[in-house]
Amino acid sequence: MMTFFIQLLNSIQYGFLLFLVASGLTLVFGIMGIINLAHGAFFMFGAYLVYWLTGVVDNYFVGILLGLPIMLVMGYVIERLAIARLYQRDHLYQVLLTYGLILILNELQKILWGSDFYSVPVPAVLDGSIALTETQAYPVYRLFISVVCMLVAAGMYVVIARTRLGMIIRAGSVNREMVQSLGININRFYAIVFSAGAALAAFAGMIGAPVSSVYPGMGDQILIISFVVVVIGGIGSVKGAFVGAMIIGLADTFGKVLIPDFASMAVYATMALILMWRPQGLFGRA
Amino acid sequence: MNTRASRLIRYFLISNLLLLVAFPWVGEHFYVGLVMNMMIFGILAMSLDLLIGYTGLVSLGHAAYYGLAGYLLAIISPESEAVSIWLALPFCILGTALAALIIGWFSVRTSGIYFIMITLAFAQMLFYYFNENTDLGGSDGIFIFFKPSVTLGSITLLDLDNHIVFYYFILVCMLLVYFLLRMLLASPFGQVIQGIRANENRTRALGYPTFYYKLVSFVIAGSIGGLAGFLEGMHGGIVSPGHLGWHESGLILMIVILGGMGTLYGPIMGAFAMIFLQDWFQEITVHWMLLMGVFVIAVVLFLPRGIAGLIEDLAAKLDKSVTDSNRPATQKNGESGDG
Repeated sequence: MMTFFIQLLNSIQYGFLLFLVASGLTLVFGIMGIINLAHGAFFMFGAYLVYWLTGVVDNYFVGILLGLPIMLVMGYVIERLAIARLYQRDHLYQVLLTYGLILILNELQKILWGSDFYSVPVPAVLDGSIALTETQAYPVYRLFISVVCMLVAAGMYVVIARTRLGMIIRAGSVNREMVQSLGININRFYAIVFSAGAALAAFAGMIGAPVSSVYPGMGDQILIISFVVVVIGGIGSVKGAFVGAMIIGLADTFGKVLIPDFASMAVYATMALILMWRPQGLFGRA
Repeated sequence: MNTRASRLIRYFLISNLLLLVAFPWVGEHFYVGLVMNMMIFGILAMSLDLLIGYTGLVSLGHAAYYGLAGYLLAIISPESEAVSIWLALPFCILGTALAALIIGWFSVRTSGIYFIMITLAFAQMLFYYFNENTDLGGSDGIFIFFKPSVTLGSITLLDLDNHIVFYYFILVCMLLVYFLLRMLLASPFGQVIQGIRANENRTRALGYPTFYYKLVSFVIAGSIGGLAGFLEGMHGGIVSPGHLGWHESGLILMIVILGGMGTLYGPIMGAFAMIFLQDWFQEITVHWMLLMGVFVIAVVLFLPRGIAGLIEDLAAKLDKSVTDSNRPATQKNGESGDG
């Protein structure tokens, strides 16, 4: 029973982490109409940055604080240089351009940090565990991940639903020309959304780094799973991304327990089942 | 494009074909092998072009059929002797057709970005299946020790172990696929799927069950992708999960765009250009992916119509420079005049 409970906690923690990545993906699509395959590469860069910066400044939290501005700038520059030229183009070209970005970012990662696996130590403050029974305990750090993700999700909700910035962005996703004719430079806001999305993915990579290792190709793996989350939830829906992330978190964790040989397939089978029922995703507009 | 410009293109393609026919007699062994690779990717890219360029379905999981056929060949090939091609080829093609039918059944009811993501997710599902299945070599892949034999009774019709014979075998397959697809596109079926690409609602309003048309197109594309995978399995002698991975799917998509979608001959040229570049970049630097990434982005931004677009523009310009200026302006003739 306790094992089940621990597995459940693990699912939720994984689901929250997935939500951070998937929400950026779904926001960039919902607001800007852009499919960003390079989103997973941002996740990977976040993990490598926190590994590197933690080594330099010897403090995990300072590492995160230093890494986030780097990712914001990187997202902004990529949006201005490349993505900005794609708004009027077919999805096909967006897929290809961001595929090209992945090749570049993956190779940059190899040039900067090599092909080795690294681990990031859990910060000392959070390096404990809570005893659940005499033999089983749950690590504090995993709880910390869940709490931080919840805070970020709440913060996102407030920004999008309650602020002027959020209002402009929502308006821009409905009618771009109208917002522009009201005297607002929507392109600047798109750049902000894109770089915020990049930072969100990187942040997920940063706080996830101590529980998983940091390795080449980690971005590709999370990207595909995030796609599944977004498709299940309905593309463009943040609420959908949340529900989808939780479903996939459960399917993945319990898949590993129940059918260990083909755990990775459980996720995709779940997706197929849900799509049979609702082709546009749970919260998607048909 | 007018008919004279398309005739120029036809001459250009025929001369390229002649070069291809002559190549194994003059090229080095390594490069003959590389050209085989290019032709296999040409077949694969044409099959994806049927989906993207003619049916309007952007699949990001096309490598699934390519890799699956390789695995099917590995499964049916005994370790100690060659399997008969009369058994192996139908097995691989029908197997991939069945997979395409199942995946298509779920996928083609969606469109746009959903279709992109769903095809990607299904391909990954197959990827993980083979990646984790240790009976089939897991992530290392599995060898195909002998090329299938082409015999009739006790007579060997084709010795595919012979480098040159195998080269022509692939070349003939590529030409067969090309003409088959052209016939298909000229048929009533081809007109309907092109109608779907132009306007699916209107095509449905005309009374065509578009779901089934798209599904059939999807299955045909998957089967031809399977043929490419079958040839690659014979050529490379190994199939690994990487063949099904989404990097491979991205590469095929890139080849179609680089060549020029909706032209059939374009994707073949795209395959030649892309494999050549890949080989060249790998020779220059270990960080060849960086160059590839920059190249991909440059093509998207500056060459959206691909190589075929360049050729068409060039042919039109050549045609104009030799044409009497009194001649009526160029007449649109769609893609039908190419090749």
